[in-house]
Amino acid sequence: MTIRVQADDFDVGAEINRLRQQRPDIGAVAAFVGQVRDLNQGDAIAGMTLEHYPGMTEKSLEAIVQQAKARWDIMDAVVIHRIGELKPLDQIVLVAVAGAHRGEAFHACEFIMDYLKTEAPFWKKEQTPEGERWVDARSSDDAARARWQDA
Amino acid sequence: MIRLLYFARLREALGSVGEELTPQAGLTVEALMQQLAARGGVWAEEFGSGKSLRAAVNQTLAPVKTEIHDGDEVAFFPPVTGG
Repeated sequence: MTIRVQADDFDVGAEINRLRQQRPDIGAVAAFVGQVRDLNQGDAIAGMTLEHYPGMTEKSLEAIVQQAKARWDIMDAVVIHRIGELKPLDQIVLVAVAGAHRGEAFHACEFIMDYLKTEAPFWKKEQTPEGERWVDARSSDDAARARWQDA
Repeated sequence: MIRLLYFARLREALGSVGEELTPQAGLTVEALMQQLAARGGVWAEEFGSGKSLRAAVNQTLAPVKTEIHDGDEVAFFPPVTGG
């Protein structure tokens, strides 16, 4: 399991290769890449600042991946989340999960993202034409997380 | 002593990244929030007005009934918005 919180960009291809190399038992890798958009709630976004809670961030991401591992038969996972100043088109997050078959990998990847969105201590502050603003949590993210509790 | 930390919008509203406090016996997250709200002004606004805040004790999300002990790290912050 690889968990990284960093200001630097990441190379999706290199991360996926590292995840699956020398592992002929892996048959599937499912990956999600989040990208900074230039529009949110109808306003142009020039950039954003990502704040986090050092220590708890890594701990919560590890706990989320452990929960996914307990739930699905997955072999390995990598989670990378960026912090600091980001601009539209920048990659912000990578979740990649390796398993024997696609079903487990798809489910675990989506589960990790849904929990990351609602439990990992990151906060976005956007730059709009009217100035800076903190992004509000969305109830749709809570709903996305909640469906795993009934599944 | 307990170490208190404030993050994101809350940190800016309070004008503080954190502080140290001596906890009374049996202190809970809820009681600590009431204690902070009793300072009035922006503290009352942030901790007393039912604004949605999350708490973490020793870097784990904590329900309001969680007990706080000497040496703990307690953080307050708005709902998270990463990803």
